[in-house]
Amino acid sequence: MGKEKKIRVLAAKPGLDGHDRGVKVVASALMDAGMEVVYTGLRQTPAQIVESAIQEDVDVIAMSILSGAHDYLFPKVMELLGEKGVDDILVIGGGIIPDEDIPILKDAGIAEVFGPGTTTTEIIDYIRENVN
Amino acid sequence: MAERRDYEDLQAVLKRWSEEVEKKLSKRPERKAEFVNTSGIPVNRLYTPLDNGDAGYLSEVGLPGEYPFTRGVQPTMFRGRLWTMRQYAGFATAEESNRRYRFLLGQGQTGLSVAFDLPTQIGYDSDNEMAIGEVGKVGVAIDSLRDMETLFRQIPLDKVSTSMTINAPAAILLAMYMAVAEKQGVPAHKLRGTIQNDILKEYSSRGTYIFPPRPSMRIITDIFSFCTENVPMWNTISISGYHIREAGSTAVQEVAFTLANGIAYVQAALEAGLDVDLFGPRLSFFFNAHSDFLEEIAKYRAARRLWAEIMKERFKAKNPKSLMIRFHTQTAGCTLTAQQPKNNIVRVAFQAMSAVLGGTQSLHTNSMDEALCLPSEEAVQIALRTQQMIAYETGVVDTVDPLGGSYYLENLTREIHDRAAEYIRKIDELGGAAQAIEKGFVQKEIQDSAYKYQREIESGERIVVGLNRFQVEEERPGDLLRVDPAVRTSQIERLRKLRSERDAGAVEKRLSDLKQGAQGDQNLVPLILEAVKAYATLGEICDVLREVFGEYQQVNTL
Repeated sequence: MGKEKKIRVLAAKPGLDGHDRGVKVVASALMDAGMEVVYTGLRQTPAQIVESAIQEDVDVIAMSILSGAHDYLFPKVMELLGEKGVDDILVIGGGIIPDEDIPILKDAGIAEVFGPGTTTTEIIDYIRENVN
Repeated sequence: MAERRDYEDLQAVLKRWSEEVEKKLSKRPERKAEFVNTSGIPVNRLYTPLDNGDAGYLSEVGLPGEYPFTRGVQPTMFRGRLWTMRQYAGFATAEESNRRYRFLLGQGQTGLSVAFDLPTQIGYDSDNEMAIGEVGKVGVAIDSLRDMETLFRQIPLDKVSTSMTINAPAAILLAMYMAVAEKQGVPAHKLRGTIQNDILKEYSSRGTYIFPPRPSMRIITDIFSFCTENVPMWNTISISGYHIREAGSTAVQEVAFTLANGIAYVQAALEAGLDVDLFGPRLSFFFNAHSDFLEEIAKYRAARRLWAEIMKERFKAKNPKSLMIRFHTQTAGCTLTAQQPKNNIVRVAFQAMSAVLGGTQSLHTNSMDEALCLPSEEAVQIALRTQQMIAYETGVVDTVDPLGGSYYLENLTREIHDRAAEYIRKIDELGGAAQAIEKGFVQKEIQDSAYKYQREIESGERIVVGLNRFQVEEERPGDLLRVDPAVRTSQIERLRKLRSERDAGAVEKRLSDLKQGAQGDQNLVPLILEAVKAYATLGEICDVLREVFGEYQQVNTL
């Protein structure tokens, strides 16, 4: 256990949305679960998120949006990761995201989308099971 | 004398009663070993007259319409006039939002409340790269006076009061509103409404800041000063606990951090040379109606008393209107569940009832579908009907502060008052609200409470019906209200048209006047008003101010 490399997560707030309660709660829970978490703060462009993820050498990007801009911003992050040739980061998202959008986001490469009511345990378990 | 003996009797009787109850607990234990409310205040088994404080009724509670206003800001409260029913609304384009406003007014709503999209709130035009994906999503996109003219088409601005949730660019939207009114022939002194204009809670809780604290506070005091002279019935600020609570604070923290921000605004205005009894009466507040019914009622009462004391004792205000907290309330969005969304109708009804029993001046009731999407017309109608049922069917409006005098409620009011006052002392020691936010103190306190709340839900210690107990298998409802992505394209087209039609020279002149004013110490509101009337866009005006003032960098408290 002790020798195992800690999972590194970039907790990110893409777009202009200022709701950071969820992302901070999730980040705190991931830290308590033994992961290393880097939080970007608010108002990150997809390019900034991708850059931080590469610089911080993270295993996971966890993005949160409650403004409805996920339909543009999540796929944009995936597109930029693709352009940089990054394919080994697990990208997940959460927030107020209508069910009918989830298949579209998954097609774009978002591994999983967590809606309101998700427990932090579910997110922790998902990351542990799916991170490379 | 009889009263004194009564108390002694009560003490003896209560002692016997408690001993008897304790004895039975081994056989019939209570549900929990310890009862504590969301603010961490212990809740006793029973409250009696013995729990009344030492200070006495008149100094702590008093009469409605009189200091310390614990029981309400008006002597007759809802026997005189009901609260303003004001649903926060706005999405997509000005045309579409205008249609929703006229629908709501037609349904018996008595005031408007405008939701702006995020680019508008952060000072970007719809064609800015930062706005991609956000235009028209959480509110209406307003780029220029032309959009504002459309937004209020056929709505007589001398007849409605309008609240605008706008902070960093509040002066610009107020200027646009005044310009629209002028075109309707309505003079500024007849305008009634509110701009949120509360930047400090944007830094700590809500996130739509633009400029650093110092210039932001200057813009705010410029607005206070301008409105005192020109728009005397306008609420120049809505000092908001709502978003502090949504970010995860407790009820006590909501009161404390909100009033601490209030203190910072008053201080800034005094330092700018304004008279507390001129701007004080136009300060308004905004609270959250969360789920702990009695705690919420106590919270509003405690906030009224504490603010009255602060204004009287700290700031030496003399005008009774300066001492009154007049506040808007919105039910707590963060308590809505995406699971079994119809349950939210009932949740909202309880929360709304607490706001009414707490003596609110206006109220927004959330729609049942808001954990999923923007509210549909049907859901908004039910939310409004909920308020109308409280007003016209329940009878709670027929006497002032009907729960006043409840042993528990009075005790809880005092507890919240004292604990919030203690927090404010701590914030004073840190140098005031702006400093406490700069140091991350407020944010850290809020995020710790939010995390604790979430852990309580996950451990099952806190039950949310339909979420962690009494769940059902269900399909998520489809057919949600969505904003057409084409909104951005149409806004960009409107902007292009505007820029080709307006007098470019006039715009340039007004913007350079504004820049000069910002570099000096002129009041910025008249300069912004001139720029707005020349159809300078919101983004152009904010760019000028960004150039002079710089941009705020968030403190990372994680």
